[in-house]
Amino acid sequence: MNWQGMYTLFHKEVKRFGKVALQTVMAPVMTALLYLLVFSHVLEEHVRIYNDVSYTAFLIPGLIMMSIIQNSFANSSSSLVQSKVTGNIIFVLLTPLSYLEFYLAFLCSSIVRGMAVGLGIFVVASFFVDLPVHNAFWLLAFAMLSSAVLGSLGIIAGIWAEKFDHMAGFQNFIIMPLSFLSGVFYSIHSLPEFWQTLSKFNPFFYMIDGFRYGFFGVSDVNPYYSLLVVSSFWLVLAGLNLSVLHKGYKLRD
Amino acid sequence: MNTAIQIENVHKHYGDVHALNGLSLNIEKGEFFGLLGPNGAGKSTLINIIAGLTRMDSGQVSVMGHNVVSNYRQSRQSLGVVPQELVFDPFFSVREILKIQAGYFGKAKQSSTWIDTLLEGLNLTDKASSNMRALSGGMKRRVLIAQALVHKPEVVILDEPTAGVDVELRSSLWQFVKALHNDGHTIVLTTHYLEEAENLCQRIAIVNQGQLVALDSKEALLARGVGSSCTVSVTLAKPIDRLTERLKDKVKSNDDNKMEFVINRDTDTIISLVDSLRSLGAEIIDLRTEDADLEDVFIELTRQANG
Repeated sequence: MNWQGMYTLFHKEVKRFGKVALQTVMAPVMTALLYLLVFSHVLEEHVRIYNDVSYTAFLIPGLIMMSIIQNSFANSSSSLVQSKVTGNIIFVLLTPLSYLEFYLAFLCSSIVRGMAVGLGIFVVASFFVDLPVHNAFWLLAFAMLSSAVLGSLGIIAGIWAEKFDHMAGFQNFIIMPLSFLSGVFYSIHSLPEFWQTLSKFNPFFYMIDGFRYGFFGVSDVNPYYSLLVVSSFWLVLAGLNLSVLHKGYKLRD
Repeated sequence: MNTAIQIENVHKHYGDVHALNGLSLNIEKGEFFGLLGPNGAGKSTLINIIAGLTRMDSGQVSVMGHNVVSNYRQSRQSLGVVPQELVFDPFFSVREILKIQAGYFGKAKQSSTWIDTLLEGLNLTDKASSNMRALSGGMKRRVLIAQALVHKPEVVILDEPTAGVDVELRSSLWQFVKALHNDGHTIVLTTHYLEEAENLCQRIAIVNQGQLVALDSKEALLARGVGSSCTVSVTLAKPIDRLTERLKDKVKSNDDNKMEFVINRDTDTIISLVDSLRSLGAEIIDLRTEDADLEDVFIELTRQANG
């Protein structure tokens, strides 16, 4: 393994988003807080999903996970598509980095971005709402695995996209709907049966539900089952990533 | 083992286009080697295959004895590539970019002194902390060269390094590259400025339509032109309206009343050229002849290859 080369690529990717932290970390935190402000103000008195949990407290894990999902995806995908469009991807492709090292570096930097945004929302929201932590293991496990899933999806999207328009399509027509329709703002038990069944085919639902279990100790489905679904989804995507990178698809034509 | 780059029977297709068609050549260690060819000849495809940026359909390529596919880590450690396009990462300063590039090759810790040397050698010391976006085109080009050298490769490929570069910078770049060559690096150069190849390269390969058209020492290539073809420069009292088909084939350049013709001494004479021009009503006021230079050889060889 070229450990130093892999660490360099990881560190470069972290520095890249760190240099524009206002856009990559602060802005998503601000957006999540605005969602929190509006939805909690409108629905706090009208909706109660779990008996001992206020709607505002219920909403926060969903908003944190939605932001983790969107930012982990954005990190790897935007970096790759930008490097491809500007041509500076060759500085990585000319090096002795293997496809596995390439994948792990982009994956870990996406996890760091997802965790940074998630932690930011958690810290700021804690000033306004008393958030219980039922089990930190589940919180960390779902936050990291979900970042890994979306970081992997971002790598595939970044490699596939040939222009920013492709990336916007991927983000707005796949990632955004799946994250909004995954139970961020509601429990799937409040949905009609058809939509409940459909939600169970959305892997993002298991990310949010398992993450919420870490806070409240209650969830729509068993958290072990959610962990299995999310882990399996990541393993499939990791395999797909490694296969695409090994073949050099759209990178080494 | 004296071979720096070994290329054996390389084929590459892009759809129906046969970009490289069984190309084979060896570049020796310590050579200053020129790779010439018209646009679309396959030079960039070949460089990309050597660098691992493009995968060949079939064939074998090695750099310093390391196969570029099966032993890519070692082959890439041995190779530095200066790309043709002015590409850069807009997030980082010059020094950061060089440190990152050294890190990819596992040489981050020992690179600081070498980076300082590169910055000084390429007149970039005062720009080390500047963001890449703030640099001029010429400075960006120099950073590209530093990036290619930061891991101390034995073989350096420069793909059109002076395209769009002003005369002063071009001269300083060549001084730097000559110093690299004197230090023992193998240099492979592609350029459209044939006089650069003529001045710098010891051996030259001419590629056209994915095939090797010529591979010889500079002297041997130039000798091909001497005795068989020469350039005749003619200044006319006034431009002529039309040329015969036979004359059109010999025109090298046509600038109003100044024309250049390439004639084959085995089949043509200067007198017959003059007679042909006079029969068209031309009044010749000056005439000069020059032996073939690399450009004439290049044009002649690629013309033959094109059939």
